[in-house]
Amino acid sequence: MPEPGTRKRVDLAQVKPYADHLDDGIVQMSFTLPVPYGLAARRAAQELAAKMGFEHPEVVHYQELTDGYTYFVMFGEATQTVDYASLSDEGFDIEYMREDEIEVFADERIGRPIVVVGAATGTDTHSVGIDAMLNLKGFHGHHGLEGYKAFQTHNLGSQVPNSVLVSRAIDLNADAILVSQTVTQQNLHIANLTELVEIVEAEGRRKQLILTCGGPRVSNELAKELGYDAGFSKGTYPHHVASFIVRELSARMAEE
Amino acid sequence: MSSKLDLDPGVIASCRAAAAQIAAQVGEEIDGHTTVSVERTVVRLLGVDGANELEAPLPNVLVDHVRDHGELGRGIAYWLGNALLHDESPGTPQQIAEAVDAGELDLCALPRAQDDAIRERVTRECDQRLRKIAARMAERRALRERLGESPPPLRYVLTATGNVYEDVVHGLAVAEAGGDIVAVIRSTAQSLLDYVPYGPTTEGYGGTFATQANFAIMRAALDEWSVANGRYVRLSSFCSGLCMPEIAAMGAIEGFDNMVNDALYGILYRDINPVRGLIDQRVSRMVNGWFGVVINTGEDNYLRTADAIEAAPSVTASQFINRQLALDSGVPDEQIALGDAFEIDTPVVNSLLLEWAQAQLTRELFPECPVKYMPPTRHMDGNLYRTHAADSLFNLVTIATGQGIQTIGVPTEGIFTPHVHDRVIGLENVNYTFAAARDLGEEIEFRRGGIIQTRAQEVLAGAHELLERIADVGLFAALGEGVFGDVPRRDDEGRGTEGIVETADGYFNPASELMQGASSLA
Repeated sequence: MPEPGTRKRVDLAQVKPYADHLDDGIVQMSFTLPVPYGLAARRAAQELAAKMGFEHPEVVHYQELTDGYTYFVMFGEATQTVDYASLSDEGFDIEYMREDEIEVFADERIGRPIVVVGAATGTDTHSVGIDAMLNLKGFHGHHGLEGYKAFQTHNLGSQVPNSVLVSRAIDLNADAILVSQTVTQQNLHIANLTELVEIVEAEGRRKQLILTCGGPRVSNELAKELGYDAGFSKGTYPHHVASFIVRELSARMAEE
Repeated sequence: MSSKLDLDPGVIASCRAAAAQIAAQVGEEIDGHTTVSVERTVVRLLGVDGANELEAPLPNVLVDHVRDHGELGRGIAYWLGNALLHDESPGTPQQIAEAVDAGELDLCALPRAQDDAIRERVTRECDQRLRKIAARMAERRALRERLGESPPPLRYVLTATGNVYEDVVHGLAVAEAGGDIVAVIRSTAQSLLDYVPYGPTTEGYGGTFATQANFAIMRAALDEWSVANGRYVRLSSFCSGLCMPEIAAMGAIEGFDNMVNDALYGILYRDINPVRGLIDQRVSRMVNGWFGVVINTGEDNYLRTADAIEAAPSVTASQFINRQLALDSGVPDEQIALGDAFEIDTPVVNSLLLEWAQAQLTRELFPECPVKYMPPTRHMDGNLYRTHAADSLFNLVTIATGQGIQTIGVPTEGIFTPHVHDRVIGLENVNYTFAAARDLGEEIEFRRGGIIQTRAQEVLAGAHELLERIADVGLFAALGEGVFGDVPRRDDEGRGTEGIVETADGYFNPASELMQGASSLA
């Protein structure tokens, strides 16, 4: 323990959640249990939080949603820590280029239009993600890849079967595929994203194609685990995707 | 209601005239056509239901059977009427459909009766069945009046678990928390199916399949809650996708109170052929209108793909057109809930004033229409506390401008399909705001020439200009130019085009003839 009056320093090898005192570990959580409202329900929520590893679990609010369902708001103190020091050096942070930098980079290193084919695949009807990345209009004032000189884009829209996306990519001699998944109920997106990789591999095109995916619940880690080159989550702008594609394509061309 | 916005009545009259011209042009262009789903709707209203071993719904089996003979141009009613008159006919339309499915009956090979006799026979059959369904709807209206409802704005809450039995749990939780209308979102895959699946379903993504069995399960659960708690909870689904009119028929049979009904949504966002969509919509709205079902239109969606400030006039223009198309299908004003939304991005300075102007404008332009006001979604993200705060302002505008129906905002919008407690938390925000500001609208007048009046007048002027342009070129050409939602759609492309059928001499549709210009409420 540090002396009174001195500032405690964070130990990056053993980090805990912070509320108002370093290492207090406080976590806020909310969930519903399929049990009737009452004191037994409250006790059940506390026990569950204790099993999840929280000390001093406290139910600050609970209410009946309908017969047999109770909603809880809780706080608890995390006992686990995480070794941030070993993570922060692994290069998670990609440096993104601005649109003008991407154009210059592509012009110098690639020197031809980069063909990108995108779709929301499977039964997913949401085209908002793929439209934001590909269409000229883009999102929040960042226009999509269609507006770049470096890219030739093909947005196939929503509810596109994976097989159709891949065959169009082959026909167009695409450099990169962009697939968007918005509906994630029961992990539908994972099955669908996996199928796409399998089709690309079955067609023998995995090496020629840069495979990227995006969606509110798609992370770079998940994407890599599923066999993609990159994944893009909430907060992604078109220049993030563009930066990745031009760098990856340039690296692959250098290898050849 | 006196105007708070100082709108020019001449401009409003001119907008209405342009909308009437646009709707009349649409009517002329789609005249002389039917679709496979319109014909299946006739079959359903004649009492045919069920599916065969291959899970093909019998209405599809029957319509495809005649279509395969190249004879659908006369209308399915002609062939069913002829079969009903035949001595060896199995009896009811349902039995005829089963015999066709079994390969025991070829409708097009039967000897032909006189045209007049066929028309009389099948029209009588249709009339009897429509009256039966209407009688049940009348009982439902009586129940609704006896139990009573909350004062408007009615709180419209979605459920979308994919499993009809979980939707029941969500629906009941929503009812407990004060929800007035429960709407079960359809599985996203369903919009492009050219058939309605059969039976209860427990798997679906982004929503639950709209099947007649699922409709009945939800209806029974909500009716039970309504009777036990002394407040009527309405049920809604979606007449959208390639089966718009069939879902309207199913909804009438199962006693639905409201239906989303807007072909433009499918045309713009599901790439459904515009002609197919608008033919289907005409009959779908006719069915909703006749049975007293309130329809919700979907212009709020344009603001998810186009900028909410720039595209506001397109929403207003679409409201004028949508209302006229609905009136032309026999839906009265009090059953037309026009779409509008609160979608301006949160960093915009004075966004609340701009939203207030637009919401008030919709009320003043369409005082008899209930309006369905939609929450912020497009710019909502994983920061659920910000979403909850934005929803509070949305709720304030809703109550202060007196919208008829409000789709509630939910804090986890834009993260996943919201969970049961998210919907309850959203409702609690609504309940608080509605109570806290119940009579605020009556207290407010806007400064003459101030930000709100000016904005409303500008949006109306923009809508007027747009309506005149659409009236010049026609709705189909305007859609081709991407006038709504920045999404261009051509009238010779898109999904479902193959389901459009040119009508032949002697075509008739007894359901449309009986419902045209009439109402079961009269």
